[in-house]
Amino acid sequence: MKNHVWRPLYVVIALVVAILLFRAIYVPKDFGVQERGYTFGFHRLGNEQEWKAFPAKYKESNYCNECHEDKVGSLSASQHAMIPCENCHGPALNHPEDPEKLAIDRSRDLCIRCHSALVMPSSGRNNIPGIDPATHNAEMGCSECHNPHNPSLEEM
Amino acid sequence: MKRRDFLKSTAVFVSGAALSLSALDILEPGEVLAANPELRWGFLVDTYKCVGCGFCVKACKLENEIPLEANVTRTWVERYIMTKDGQVLMDTPKGALNGFTTKLIDQNADGMKKVADEEIAQAFFVPKLCNHCTVPACVQVCPVGATYQTADGAVLVDRTWCIGCGYCIMGCPYGVRFFHPVEHVADKCTFCYHRISNGGNTACAQACPFGARRIGNLRDPRDPVARAVLHQRVGILRDEYGTKPNVYYIGLNEEVR
Ligand code: SF4
Ligand code: SF4
Repeated sequence: MKNHVWRPLYVVIALVVAILLFRAIYVPKDFGVQERGYTFGFHRLGNEQEWKAFPAKYKESNYCNECHEDKVGSLSASQHAMIPCENCHGPALNHPEDPEKLAIDRSRDLCIRCHSALVMPSSGRNNIPGIDPATHNAEMGCSECHNPHNPSLEEM
Repeated sequence: MKRRDFLKSTAVFVSGAALSLSALDILEPGEVLAANPELRWGFLVDTYKCVGCGFCVKACKLENEIPLEANVTRTWVERYIMTKDGQVLMDTPKGALNGFTTKLIDQNADGMKKVADEEIAQAFFVPKLCNHCTVPACVQVCPVGATYQTADGAVLVDRTWCIGCGYCIMGCPYGVRFFHPVEHVADKCTFCYHRISNGGNTACAQACPFGARRIGNLRDPRDPVARAVLHQRVGILRDEYGTKPNVYYIGLNEEVR
């Protein structure tokens, strides 16, 4: 048979070989069609491990308790007991090495997240003591009068 | 060689080389779930308990390195207000990153709206996040296998593999996906896979002072989340899409979409 018939076949074969070679080098070993077939299972298994290794920033209040037992104790005796330390103090990742101190959020904005009075009859929000932030000592920080670790004014 | 044979052998060779055998197995999703019966992550949201403080949104952003002020979030909280004359108003200022602090309800083009206290019939907050669906539309449409589901049910995005085509963002019926402003790949809630798979809680659930959010194992009959899903009246979002979500809501009603 004539050469012009074979030539396209060589081109096709060369292309296929090139694609397969590229694929073999580029695609990681653990990439494949996992249990659920092409539609739902097609992925790189190693990525699950990569996500598991993502650093966690929040340590949770038990971690705080290891050094700040007094603070955690006074907070947990107050009406704010349910608020985790890190909600105001920020995520404790690497503390106390770096940062040595956590930046405390003392802003009015933080308090009015819960304490700005809204009428929400189908939500727990209705049971939280609320103020109108525009009229309730508008220029002051809440923590000037209320101790966040023991917010009840009667007990101060 | 005849022309016919040539075409035939070329076709056989090319298709044989391009298709690996494993591509021909198609498994039922049910079979796979049955293969891993011990663990299936699920999430429970209690709309009665949520107070719209948005601590969950802030914690999620800090934990998962989503820039705080960027207008994208992995979770957000919606406020619903139903008036006595039958109107339904909804808003989610900045995804509730700073909570709900005003009575004014953002109605977009119609401006800020205030409903008189005595006009409010029903009002509540609805936290939203990725539903980690049993039949995830985003996984189905991802052309490169970057979005996938783990055997224990978390839907994750492989950042090194995502090509940024945006199909998953279009495919998700819940609109929980976005492009990460720093990573420049598709992003979404991971159920804090790095925390839960190491024995921890999700960042949003641990930050919620009211216990409105919980992660749990749906396959463990003693797990509080599984118990609530089995024994209480729980709802899921947009059942009609057939994605079989694994985020369950207590106190959901039909106005919530
Ligand atoms: S589970 Fe984690 S990633 Fe998902 S919404 Fe909660 S904090 Fe964000
Ligand atoms: S932290 Fe809890 S109460 Fe606050 S908005 Fe989120 S789910 Fe609701």
